[in-house]
Amino acid sequence: MKAIVCVKQVPDTQGKVAVKADGTMDRAAMATITNPDDLNAVEAALQLKDETGCEVVVVTMGPPPAEGMLRELIARGADRGVLVSGREFGGSDTFATSQILAAAVNKIGVGPEDIVFCGRQAIDGDTAQVGPQIAEKLHLPQVTYVTDIKKEGNSLVVKRQLEDGYMELKVNTPCLLTCIKELNNPRYMSVSGIFECYDKPIDVFDYNTLKDDPLIETDTIGLKGSPTNVYKSFAPPVKGAGMMVEDAAQLVGILNDKHLI
Amino acid sequence: MDFTLSKQQQMVQKMYKEFAENEVKPLAKKVDAEEYFPVETVQKMAKLGMMGIYFPKEVGGAGGDVLSYVMAVEEMSKVCGTTGVIISAHTSLCAAPIFENGTPEQKAKYLPKLCSGEWIGAFGLTEPGAGTDAQGQQTFAVDEGDHWKLNGSKIFITNAGYANVFIIIAVTGTVLDKRGRKQKEISAFIVERTDPGFKVGKPEDKMGIRGSSTCELIMEDCIIPKDRLLGVKGKGFQLAMATLDGGRIGIAAQALGIAEGALDETVAYVKERKQFGRSISAFQNTQFELAEMKARVDAAKFLVYQAALKKQSVMDGAKARYSVEAAEAKLIAARTASDVTRRCLQLFGGYGYTRDYPIERMMRDAKITEIYEGTSEVQMMVISGAMLK
Repeated sequence: MKAIVCVKQVPDTQGKVAVKADGTMDRAAMATITNPDDLNAVEAALQLKDETGCEVVVVTMGPPPAEGMLRELIARGADRGVLVSGREFGGSDTFATSQILAAAVNKIGVGPEDIVFCGRQAIDGDTAQVGPQIAEKLHLPQVTYVTDIKKEGNSLVVKRQLEDGYMELKVNTPCLLTCIKELNNPRYMSVSGIFECYDKPIDVFDYNTLKDDPLIETDTIGLKGSPTNVYKSFAPPVKGAGMMVEDAAQLVGILNDKHLI
Repeated sequence: MDFTLSKQQQMVQKMYKEFAENEVKPLAKKVDAEEYFPVETVQKMAKLGMMGIYFPKEVGGAGGDVLSYVMAVEEMSKVCGTTGVIISAHTSLCAAPIFENGTPEQKAKYLPKLCSGEWIGAFGLTEPGAGTDAQGQQTFAVDEGDHWKLNGSKIFITNAGYANVFIIIAVTGTVLDKRGRKQKEISAFIVERTDPGFKVGKPEDKMGIRGSSTCELIMEDCIIPKDRLLGVKGKGFQLAMATLDGGRIGIAAQALGIAEGALDETVAYVKERKQFGRSISAFQNTQFELAEMKARVDAAKFLVYQAALKKQSVMDGAKARYSVEAAEAKLIAARTASDVTRRCLQLFGGYGYTRDYPIERMMRDAKITEIYEGTSEVQMMVISGAMLK
């Protein structure tokens, strides 16, 4: 049994947003973090590992420096990493990305008891499309917006968050789950995990590794294989967050804290 | 001297910063105000391997290095001086002497539990009449055939209220020195909290590091098995001094962290605080104060990291001592912590004097670093002693 977790390195939105002349984001100029929802997906996989001793594989598509993120996830407890990286993959939108990630997950191999975990959505694109598309392309049952997972034999009882309630589902493995932050609190890297993480394997899957998969065609990956294009990226004008004050005492307290009175 | 952090050291530093911000900082005020020993923080740190950072995996440690340990004390102390010293005393004063002097059986018995944080460690050298004059020990241990019997008391023992294992320094007899004069023979022992005749006294009411558990230890016909002698009989004083060399690097890291934390708070405050229609950061007095404090803190940091690297080289097998480096680091970092926190408080003005802001706590926490594990005067004795040898 193993847990395969798809993760993405995203720009740290706490920092400043850099945009290139062609309207796309200048990722190289921005600090990066692991996408927050993906950390919940990794934590879900690690809890499954704590419970069952299963293997946890973290997969990302990105430029070579994304290896650093995979090392950090190994330091949290993942067993190995897969870095999907190649010029042919550059410029992929969600459709092309899910083609490539699905081929990578295929290459890793999805066994009858395995679970693929994804974060709900990435904070850069906010599409929430890649996880569901991977599931479709791998013909796996999928449950999105997962807030609770219980393992019962060969199936999972999963709680799914909806806008005005929740849904409880039973799903057979193999399956794909997209996770939200209410699911768990991601653990920290441990000191021993950090000092061991460079001894654990990270495989690099490039175009040649994946090219024989039927999902990988020149017109299904990269910029050429992307039906959508970014028209423009921009940082919205900064607007101070407003706040509702309950009563005068609270207002006086705030002004006092700011040394205005 | 190359202070470039390795990839692993950068990663542990990142983890410590996140941990300190999310888990330690929110508790710091309570720890101080309620003299609260942060048990849950210790458990969380233990889970992450922070109670045995630089010990090898074989003895249950995290397999890290000395600088990674020093950075842990530094980062925790930036937001809470109490949390910093809990790690330092546990690691440097209890786990380290067992690791460096213990028999294979002692290491196997104590280190896994100490490194995992299941047990907390402490160190007892100071007595009411033996502070800086550490050779004036009154606690004595008598060999009674199949066991040792200890009598005496220790004071100001860090972590005492929560510790399970104590390194105790005691007199085991008299020997004649080279000139034929009678001298105390001093040895070191491992004492467990549950040993018969061992008692932890009431905690001290302190100026700073108020959440740190500082108590008296009382031994009244305390019986411990023969195999609890640590190191060689009669070499306890040397063991204690070598242990303090390591401890001083931890305290220097604590002092460094307190100073850095105070500067962080102050930089944020002076940008926000307005007087005469502008931020006080626009005034040259503020700018020059910050600049000089930053330069002093960085100077202290280099000494602390240098001492850590020197201890690492000894851990890696170099035949060297790091007493002078540790003493220099502690002398300068402690002085910097006291000086910087006082000057930061001045920039805060009246608000800094209130408990609504953390800066007065940092000033109170800083003072102890000039006193414990050898006062600043002792550090100067060590440094000049080596110069005039």
